[in-house]
Amino acid sequence: MGKLLQKRGRTEAEIPMSSMADIAFLLLIFFLVTTTIDVDTGIGMVLPPKLEEDVEPPPIKERNVLKILVNEQGMVLVEDEPSSVQLIRNLVTTHVLNYGQDPRYSESPGQALVSIKTSRETPYNAYVDVLDEVWMGYFEMWDSEARSLGYENYAQYVDVVVDGQDAPNAIREKIKAQISIAEPDQN
Amino acid sequence: MSTHFKKKAKTKQEIPMASLPDIIFMLLIFFMVTTVLREQTVQVRTVLPQAEAISKIEQKRLVSYIWIGPMKLENNRLGETAVQIDDALIEDVGTIRTVMYRKLVEQPRLIVSLRVDETSEMGKVLDVQQELREANTLRINYSTKRQLAN
Repeated sequence: MGKLLQKRGRTEAEIPMSSMADIAFLLLIFFLVTTTIDVDTGIGMVLPPKLEEDVEPPPIKERNVLKILVNEQGMVLVEDEPSSVQLIRNLVTTHVLNYGQDPRYSESPGQALVSIKTSRETPYNAYVDVLDEVWMGYFEMWDSEARSLGYENYAQYVDVVVDGQDAPNAIREKIKAQISIAEPDQN
Repeated sequence: MSTHFKKKAKTKQEIPMASLPDIIFMLLIFFMVTTVLREQTVQVRTVLPQAEAISKIEQKRLVSYIWIGPMKLENNRLGETAVQIDDALIEDVGTIRTVMYRKLVEQPRLIVSLRVDETSEMGKVLDVQQELREANTLRINYSTKRQLAN
């Protein structure tokens, strides 16, 4: 017995340490790859600057404005006619790409404006739905514009021309997304 | 002289690799310990609406958040609609302009991300937007989730 114990004490039990570096590297790479910093997505807008007290806002022709009203129940009124959220996309494209043909719609894409007006009690998601459809209308117009220039879609155009060559965005210059968020009536 | 050179050439010039794992572990642990994920306890409920026409915000450091939604109370109850910036609830909407103006001075290219609960009423959102116009922080972003295909 004594001899056995002595022998056990003498043998050195060693874990191979040479692969430790690889294990650490693997761990490091695993966490590097799996960590996702969640990206914030949303609908970007630019608010109009604060109006000076004595400066009148520039005059806008009635026909160039596509008025969209959203009420407390999320119901939609476009140009004083009852409409639905799904129809807005096409109404925006016909309004912007009218080129003065129909007297109800805009004179040119550069002058076309979309105005969204809500009441104070309108739920936020009804407003976002409408705003989303308006933006989708613009995205569709930009997509077809990019296709006519020989690109697959608008995103590719932005990648190749705008970001690649640092050039101005000609499509957005031509069809400007002019969306105004109107203040609700006081009553 | 020549013998001297010969002697030098014979010696092995190797960096000991045995301590490499320790160094990497130390680095790993150092970064694990020092990384502080800035945590903000959101005191309002914000269930974001869904949208299709969305874009990503690439530069995260430009973003400042404003939360609008019903206040979270005990026992999963929800209170009145409140506005939160950073860590504090905003009692008076009129103070937003000074808070946001200070942020704009620090970061001139500030983007304000509005994380609004889908059930909130537009009145509150429009009030906040009016304050943002006063503060001249005009770049905003309505935070939305990507719409799932129907």
